[in-house]
Amino acid sequence: MASLSINQRGALLSILLLVVGLLFWEAAIPEQQLATEMTEYERLMGGGAPRAAIPPPSDIFAKAWEELSNPFYDAGPNDKGIGIQIGYSIYRVLTGYFLAALVAIPLGFLIGMSPVAYRALNPFIQVLRPISPLAWMPLALFIIRDSEASAIFVIFICSIWPMLLNTAFGVAGVRKDWVNVARTHELGPFRTAFQVILPAAAPTIVTGMRISIGIAWLVIVAAEMLVGGTGIGYYVWNEWNNLDLTSVIFSILMIGIVGMALDAAFGALQRLVAYAE
Amino acid sequence: MTKPFLSVERLTQTFPDASGGTATVFENASFGIDRGEFVCILGHSGCGKSTIMNILAGLGSPTSGVVTMDGAEVSGPSLDRGVVFQNYSLLPWLSALKNVSFGVAARQRDWSKAQVEDHSRKYLAMVGLEGDTVLRKPSQLSGGMRQRVSIARAFANQPKLLLLDEPFGALDALTRGTIQEELLKVWSQTEQTVFMITHDIDEAILLADRILLMTNGPYARVAESVQITIPRPRSRTEIVEHPNYYAIRNHLVQFLGHRSKALSGRPSGGATQSPETVVIDRTKPAEDPEPSARLRAVND
Repeated sequence: MASLSINQRGALLSILLLVVGLLFWEAAIPEQQLATEMTEYERLMGGGAPRAAIPPPSDIFAKAWEELSNPFYDAGPNDKGIGIQIGYSIYRVLTGYFLAALVAIPLGFLIGMSPVAYRALNPFIQVLRPISPLAWMPLALFIIRDSEASAIFVIFICSIWPMLLNTAFGVAGVRKDWVNVARTHELGPFRTAFQVILPAAAPTIVTGMRISIGIAWLVIVAAEMLVGGTGIGYYVWNEWNNLDLTSVIFSILMIGIVGMALDAAFGALQRLVAYAE
Repeated sequence: MTKPFLSVERLTQTFPDASGGTATVFENASFGIDRGEFVCILGHSGCGKSTIMNILAGLGSPTSGVVTMDGAEVSGPSLDRGVVFQNYSLLPWLSALKNVSFGVAARQRDWSKAQVEDHSRKYLAMVGLEGDTVLRKPSQLSGGMRQRVSIARAFANQPKLLLLDEPFGALDALTRGTIQEELLKVWSQTEQTVFMITHDIDEAILLADRILLMTNGPYARVAESVQITIPRPRSRTEIVEHPNYYAIRNHLVQFLGHRSKALSGRPSGGATQSPETVVIDRTKPAEDPEPSARLRAVND
């Protein structure tokens, strides 16, 4: 044991925790009694209808195998593969997210560079930022009159704030010396922005982008439960209405895995732009 | 009288102070630097050396007064005036080579990439950085190496005037010695005009043609301009044996120890404050131009 590295020991412990957890879960599910073995009293009390219980992990693995071996089937509006549902969610998240980045990063640059712009815009940001993104939904539905676009708008509005504030913070915090280097080398405003300020502020900006993508992925599930039709959030709610708890648990796991992948992608981007002083 | 290459005329800098009045850092300061000259400015902290440096670099603007270089007024930063900052100011996300070539590319817009890189490598080699070392990021270099990169960046741009703001202040004494000699070597190859701030008397004597002495603030002024009458090429070990070395050194120590305080806090009354030229030369005892009787006593 002592010869293993910290990483290896950690991984080993993780697997152990998983196995123990799953075993407990599996063991904790009571076996369903067959109706024929019940007494008359039990039958009268409604015990005959099998009580809906939390499905055991073995059922969920079976479900996952079934769903993941054919993720892209499309058998009508209420029966699409998990791949298609997740695809819709990712499409909405990325569309809203990149529209937000397109607004937040240039605006953040402006706010970071100009104290006047900061003071002028800060009150609006402070009021708009704490609004739950879903609170915009009725207004979005009324104005946009399209549930799909409304969901994208909700993603847009929730991912804009961390990117905007982090960009402004990063740009405002660029060391004066580096800006002076740009000035003494007669770099114009655009070259200064792209060659000095952007790389200097990049780690802070990407941190903001990483926080935003996390929030966007949290919000899309709730938004899709409201707008319906397609997407992983709709899928969860639909399976709940079908009383198919196995699918609900499976899709919850998928939400976690996709969220982790999105976060990891931005983590990699963060390492790419990081620098040591 | 023709104007020197760099001419500082009646420079005044005031700041609003805490009690709502104005604090005068220096007033009507005037001096000149000739082409190819290496000038050091010595003075206590807070006397406004860095403010003068920023004005010369074009990063700051004086309350009043004019700086002209090569006949044109200095207004704003320019590639004609290269700056080496005390904290190196290398861009940490670029390699040493890129830190230099980024400046060269800004200066020589019509050069090819290969030309820019060759030129940058040549100047890095002048300060002893060659091979794979130049591909390292600043965080992977020692303090001395970082300052070498910074010096290479400034020289590679071949500015008309090179401004050094306490370039060796953050280095240990041994590294400082080596880099001082490298700076001398590069300077002798390029005939660059250099204006340098320092706190180190020995460094100033080793490097400079002339040392400007500043009194303490407020109302600081450049009181004296001391000629360094020690022939070049100089080396750290040899200059201490030159008869002028300790004479000059004592003069500087006395100034910083006593007269920088005694002369401070006097408003100029509108007069132009030009430094008094001091020549100390022990090699010609017959025509000793030593201005101060007290100093003669120190040396006799």
